[in-house]
Amino acid sequence: MKRFLEKFSIHFVLILVSLISIFPFIWLISTSLKGNSENIFAYPPTIIPKDFTWANYVGVWHKVDFIGYFVNSMIVAGGTVLLNLILSAMAGYPLARMEFKGKKIAFFSILATIMIPFQAIMLPVYLITLKLHLVDSVSNVAGFIGLIMPFAVSAFGIFLMRQAFLGIPKEMEEAAIVDGCTVWQLFWRVLIPMVKPSLAVLAIFTFIGSWGEFLWPSIVLTKESMYTLPVGVNNLQGMFSSNWRFIAAGSILATIPILIFFLAMQKYFISGENEGAVKG
Amino acid sequence: MFKYYGKYAPYLFLLPAAIVLLIFFFIPFFQTVYLSFFDYSASIYHPVAVGLDNYVKLFHSPIFYKVLWNTFLYLFVAVPILAIFPLFIAILINQKIRGVTLYKILIYLPVIVSIVVAAIAFKWLYADQGILNYIVTSFGMKPIGWLTDPNWALYSVIIVTIWKGIGYYMIIYLAALMSVPQELYEACDIDGANFLTKHLVVTIPHIMPTIALVTTISAISAMKVFAEIYVMTKGGPLNSSKTIVYYIYERAFENLDLGYASAMAVVLLVIVMIFSLINIFCFERNKYQL
Repeated sequence: MKRFLEKFSIHFVLILVSLISIFPFIWLISTSLKGNSENIFAYPPTIIPKDFTWANYVGVWHKVDFIGYFVNSMIVAGGTVLLNLILSAMAGYPLARMEFKGKKIAFFSILATIMIPFQAIMLPVYLITLKLHLVDSVSNVAGFIGLIMPFAVSAFGIFLMRQAFLGIPKEMEEAAIVDGCTVWQLFWRVLIPMVKPSLAVLAIFTFIGSWGEFLWPSIVLTKESMYTLPVGVNNLQGMFSSNWRFIAAGSILATIPILIFFLAMQKYFISGENEGAVKG
Repeated sequence: MFKYYGKYAPYLFLLPAAIVLLIFFFIPFFQTVYLSFFDYSASIYHPVAVGLDNYVKLFHSPIFYKVLWNTFLYLFVAVPILAIFPLFIAILINQKIRGVTLYKILIYLPVIVSIVVAAIAFKWLYADQGILNYIVTSFGMKPIGWLTDPNWALYSVIIVTIWKGIGYYMIIYLAALMSVPQELYEACDIDGANFLTKHLVVTIPHIMPTIALVTTISAISAMKVFAEIYVMTKGGPLNSSKTIVYYIYERAFENLDLGYASAMAVVLLVIVMIFSLINIFCFERNKYQL
């Protein structure tokens, strides 16, 4: 009996917390499905729409280029992930396995970047990006490069990959070298396949970070056709001022891709093995 | 082991990352400090070197103190809650019960959803005639100006940050809980200890390093909040929800007062660096050992 009461109260608290976690979305979905004849400010509020309609989704879909935002977000997140994987792995390897002059300096310089928040240096980053002509007023390609480059590598990624290379037995390298591999071949053909699990973790967390990034794109972007999803969603507020049905429908639409990604990859997020892997 | 790589190999491997870090971290870092010694307020094209003037102005500005106060208030409210509440949830989830994965997914959901969508969702909950005010008024209280009352706006935004962080820290705690030896709990059970004492005596001391880690990382992220404020209040009303990053953004990109914004950025840098140093040297030392 005591055990039952204990379990019951645990479930009670967890259900409550789960509900609090998803309620803001539920309410947004509810609003997005209410037709014009239903007062969305009605007291008492109704969760299940009385005047159920998909019209808000159709309406917002026709007025807002979600496919465009999605493609832009994919390009930026994809490019950011790819560069992070390559640059972090390449930088992590010598820090794990090679002896060279200046290793200490390299190590601590990279460590130092953890302490520099992007928010504190964003102004010069912007000025440099302008100077390098990596903005969307030059060309779309330049705009994408400008969105990606400041986040192309991170200390977290480098240290994660360094840790992964440290875990590979040295005999692997010796065997490959004896077989006549160059360092370059050894790195790409032997070592990279062995650190795939860490690369996957880095890819997933970098993707989430890049996908949700809002501050940097809202600083650099000038053209609506270049908007990523978060910037586009924020823009809904201006476009539809107080049309909360449309704003709600647009926000939900913009959330679907990352929701699918999360549910497909959930074990990486909630297993706890990758805690603190990357945090913006 | 014999040296199998050429003299320049390590440098070539490091080069691409080094170039990116140089251009987008180290140069901007020094440039931030450099810009803070100039005055751009007369003209953006003809900055005047003014030494420490921007800092003097900063520390005589009531708005800056207000902003700094808001930022620390953010920290003092959000950090203790984010350090304790997710631990509590993690302990509950760690009991042998059904449905653990579903709970974890639902509670983690706010972490992966864009902060912009989260802020919009809360803005809707906080609407004057919104659902939260319905609850408030149904208890016979007056409706609250969640985002329009200067006494409430900052706290309303803090709630969003907390709500969005719980799942993240819960997962960190769950990982830490796995390392607590089960025998200790069994010993407690034999001694007849109840739920609360069991965790006060065994769990908390064991995962103290993780609690400290969560405290510092949530403090660092509280110092950096931006999107919540940008989407929900723009720092208003009457600067009541303006924190340091938002103010830097406003000064730099809206007023083009680059020198003044940079001086503030330097203040932010110093504060975050102190937290990060504590973090690196005290809690994550093994991760960053050469």
